[in-house]
Amino acid sequence: MNEFALITSVALSVISASTPLLLAATGELVTEKSGVLNLGVEGMMLVGAIVGFAVTLGTGSAVLGVCAAALAGAAMALVFAVLTLTLLANQVATGLALTIFGIGLSALIGSGYVGQPLQPLPKLAVPGLSTLPVVGPILFGQDALVYLSFAALIAVSWFLRRSHAGLILRAVGDSHDAAHAIGYGVIKVRYLATLFGGAMCGIAGAYFSLAYTPMWAENMTSGRGWIALALVVFATWRPARLLLGAYLFGGITILQLHIQGFGIPVPSQFVSMLPYLATIVVLVAISSDRTRVRLNTPACLGRAFNAAG
Amino acid sequence: MPFRLEARGQNSVLWSWLSPVIAILATLIVSTALFAAMGKPAGDALYTFVVAPASSLNGLAELGVKAAPLVLIGVGLAIGFRANVWNIGAEGQLILGAIVGGGIGLAAGDREGFWILPAMILGGAVGGALWAAIPALLKTHFNASEILTSLMLNYVAQLLLIYLVVGPWKDPEGYGFPQTRLFGDAATMPILISGTRVHLGVLAALIAVALGWLLHAKTLLGFQLRVLGQAPRAAAYAGFSGAGLTWFALLLGGALAGLAGIFEAAGPIGQLTPSISPGYGFTAIIVAFLGRLNPVGVLLGGIVLALSYLGGEQAQIALGLPKAITGIYQGVLLFFLLAADLLVGYRIRLVKRVPAGGAA
Amino acid sequence: MRQDSEAAEPGARGQTPLPAAPLLELDSIVKRFPMTVANDGVSLSIRPGEIHALLGENGAGKSTLVKIIYGVLHPDAGEIRWNGERVSILNPAAARALGIGMVFQHFSVFEALTVAENVALGLNDPQQRKGLRDRIAKISEDYGLKLDPDATVLHLSVGERQRVEIVRCLLQNPKLLIMDEPTSVLTPQEIERLFATLRRLASEGCAILYISHKLEEIRSLCERATILRQGKVVAECDPRQETAKHLAELMIGTALRPPYHLQEESAETAPARLVVDRLSVKSDRAFGVDLDGISFSVAAGEVLGIAGIAGNGQNELMAALSGETAADRAETIVIDGKPAGTLGPAERRERGACFVPEERHGHGAVKDMTLSENALLSAYRTKGLAPGGLINMGSTIRFAAEIIKGFAVRSDGPAAEARSLSGGNLQRFIVGREILQQPGILVVAQPTWGLDAGAAAAIRQALLDLADKGAAVVVISQDLDELIEMADQIAVIANGRLSPPRPVAEVTIEELGLLMGGVAAPLPQERRNAVPA
Repeated sequence: MNEFALITSVALSVISASTPLLLAATGELVTEKSGVLNLGVEGMMLVGAIVGFAVTLGTGSAVLGVCAAALAGAAMALVFAVLTLTLLANQVATGLALTIFGIGLSALIGSGYVGQPLQPLPKLAVPGLSTLPVVGPILFGQDALVYLSFAALIAVSWFLRRSHAGLILRAVGDSHDAAHAIGYGVIKVRYLATLFGGAMCGIAGAYFSLAYTPMWAENMTSGRGWIALALVVFATWRPARLLLGAYLFGGITILQLHIQGFGIPVPSQFVSMLPYLATIVVLVAISSDRTRVRLNTPACLGRAFNAAG
Repeated sequence: MPFRLEARGQNSVLWSWLSPVIAILATLIVSTALFAAMGKPAGDALYTFVVAPASSLNGLAELGVKAAPLVLIGVGLAIGFRANVWNIGAEGQLILGAIVGGGIGLAAGDREGFWILPAMILGGAVGGALWAAIPALLKTHFNASEILTSLMLNYVAQLLLIYLVVGPWKDPEGYGFPQTRLFGDAATMPILISGTRVHLGVLAALIAVALGWLLHAKTLLGFQLRVLGQAPRAAAYAGFSGAGLTWFALLLGGALAGLAGIFEAAGPIGQLTPSISPGYGFTAIIVAFLGRLNPVGVLLGGIVLALSYLGGEQAQIALGLPKAITGIYQGVLLFFLLAADLLVGYRIRLVKRVPAGGAA
Repeated sequence: MRQDSEAAEPGARGQTPLPAAPLLELDSIVKRFPMTVANDGVSLSIRPGEIHALLGENGAGKSTLVKIIYGVLHPDAGEIRWNGERVSILNPAAARALGIGMVFQHFSVFEALTVAENVALGLNDPQQRKGLRDRIAKISEDYGLKLDPDATVLHLSVGERQRVEIVRCLLQNPKLLIMDEPTSVLTPQEIERLFATLRRLASEGCAILYISHKLEEIRSLCERATILRQGKVVAECDPRQETAKHLAELMIGTALRPPYHLQEESAETAPARLVVDRLSVKSDRAFGVDLDGISFSVAAGEVLGIAGIAGNGQNELMAALSGETAADRAETIVIDGKPAGTLGPAERRERGACFVPEERHGHGAVKDMTLSENALLSAYRTKGLAPGGLINMGSTIRFAAEIIKGFAVRSDGPAAEARSLSGGNLQRFIVGREILQQPGILVVAQPTWGLDAGAAAAIRQALLDLADKGAAVVVISQDLDELIEMADQIAVIANGRLSPPRPVAEVTIEELGLLMGGVAAPLPQERRNAVPA
């Protein structure tokens, strides 16, 4: 029973470390598939985290909190979209600005919330099944956002592969000139994709402040937004591989917590470096296969489009 | 669409310099509004962020001290961004410069010697450059995006610094604080204007601006970097080495960030602590853009952003506002700048919608 | 919109006799752009079943006009009538709903998507997308347009990509099909097949608006022609009744002199200046073409033409010759007797080789840089413009001014940005920059692509003059007419292999067409014998 308990607790902690990555990366994948590179994931997550926290604390409703976080993320994405899609600003620079802005804004809003406790997001137990050993809590006893992360991934996967709207989105990311020529609204599609990405990042941020560590701290996402960006590259823009990547990184994050528990004498700072170093290793491994990256990268990624120009 | 963007035949030089002015003014308006929203008199924003820091000699000196690292890093980033090399890892390179240069200073202890300071400065540059060499290697040999790799290395550098100051380099007499011993006299940057904190790094920043401008505007190497950024295929056609130039841009940016790190550590701070930089490496990105990716412009941009730091500190002390307000202003400033930059390349034409096919 | 019987019964198209009522009428269409008036009161009408040519030079306003018909652009003034009724075509979807289909010059296909997905993107009505794969298969069989619905477009040849667009149009039973410069990327044989398809469509009642500047094509295909010059209709005629020369004069406005080139009689005795020996390069790009054993030799005073359809290794060959991709062995490329295969572009220029790449913006020139900076781009060593790594601004500006004067580049001087120049003027500048470096070898790719006849003629003459002064010139082009006009020797590149160069006078268009189509052996009979049944 003891091993069961250990396995269960490790699995649960891996899931909670992976969920925000999966949520944010799923959103960013859709954004990038439409040809927009939004590097502001970290900023959108932080704003989502504090807004979700503040609204949940203020209203007592986690549902409202998560919705507010999604809206906040989308609002941040809207700023990005106006700048890059309407005003044709450089996407890399604007994404960085969004991150700098998001860090500042979340810290400002959150200055009154530091240290305030919050009830963690409730687990939705499926009656009868959640009490099963091991699989019960893992599969049937998670909070709503964990289920949402899977649902969103499946929905996005279906949307991109099977639906006509998803086909249009992929077409816009592949060649905005051709899409425009046959009459699709490139800018409109990109706005929607960018807003969706922002909303998902907002929800990912809310997962941090409502479930992962139910509290607010400045910069609490500590680079997870950037890791989510790297995950999209790792997944070569394919949803199924995103799942693999997110859980791989969740696993590494948790490994970091357990390494010292195993009695391995490594300073904690080196252990904390693991997710960042792993991100670099994974990026290198994927990117060095140039052909594969070129084949899968949306051809218009990061390129501005001006129909009148 | 109520308006249409019409490409100008030529990029407008006028607008490329007007755009930062507009962005700064717009940011001031927003900050005034923000102050008002937080219940402070609107005039306080202007006073805190513009007038107060610049109204005394000491204030001006502090401005120079804050601007120095921003300008040093900004010059390197500007040259890199021109070449389409997106080094987002200046913060980490700054830290490594402080670690390597500072390590030399700590090893020197209380020894005297003219060589100590030059060795520290050199160490700072080498430390920053070596840290930047990692994304350069990964980019040129493995095609990995320097944006993500250099950024990840910021976190690694920060953790490395924490490890050192709480571990092997911790000051045994520091009452358990995470910090090293203070640098000895021979390992501390000389003060250039007595009575202020203006140190050698301020002079170094000015030299970097001059040399950076020379490289940017007058040399074939600077031209090659610009061609690589604007048209990589044209660079290949001309026979410029893309990999070589990418290496150069990253090493230069890293070395300058490393210099900023050692000047900070052995200058105003005087020891290594976990927080030797209040985000200079990121703010310098804004400095580079505000300065039009031109080393001389970076000098002006550095001063503007230094004001935002001083104003932020002032707002915290005098008005009790959170320090985070600095980050907001910096982000908003960059937003406005990027928006106003539209006018460099485009004219805005209002469109009266005529139904298609409709006769006049 | 009027409900007419044809729309109700598309199956009855085959029996429809030519009705006299026009299908589409344009009345005094005006379209202004910031710098120009692209269409200045253009009127034309097309009847069902008619193949109507829209003839004009680059820049005459043809593309603008068809984009207006297809709803991509909106006219500033004028009227469009469809089946006699005035219509507003707000967007391409509205055009398609009327029954207008368009095949673009730069195909509007999506490389990362499959054929079926590409076709689906052109269908507005979800009902039309049902059972799409079968219908693609059927229509491509009916019209002899072979296509695999599941193939990714990335893997298709240029001709196959065009088929994707045509099939996309045909699935909507169009009443008017617009073809914008469809043959510029096809082999002579593919052109014949395309014409057969178009004639069949016309016989079924579909009107075809055929845009081209190729006179012979129009004379063999079209029954009516509207000729545009500088945005205005200058003539309407039956092209079958006119001579090509007269059509050309209508189109250009003046008579053109044929280019002048010394007949090189001593080509065999002249020294070889550029020798390429079994050059093989693996492409480093995804879906690039590997060069496979390319050999040729160009003597002083000689022009070698390299024909071929786009995407058969021209870009890779250009990169290998210019040094942008280095060869494994130095001996594979010999410049004036010295091995140069492993040298980079700058070193090859020092040896006297210069290059004009196909792309002007972003390859041959940097569009956001000034003309003097663009002069520096390739001439910094040969002209000594940056001694000791410091740019000599004075001599750089003087060199740029020399190019502008010598090659009649219309611009605001050396400080003008490259992007402010028209395509023809920028090409004059690039060609001038290379020629003024006095190269012994000049390799040019697509030298007159997209230029009007005057600019094209000037550039061809400049290249021939260079050859006449003793340089070896290599012209890589998709335009067979251009190569036949200029070259002494001609070879064909297909799938990364080059046919042995032969004197232009000794080859026929049919032979070249077969070679372009990838029939590797020079003689069809040998190939038939070589391939086991």
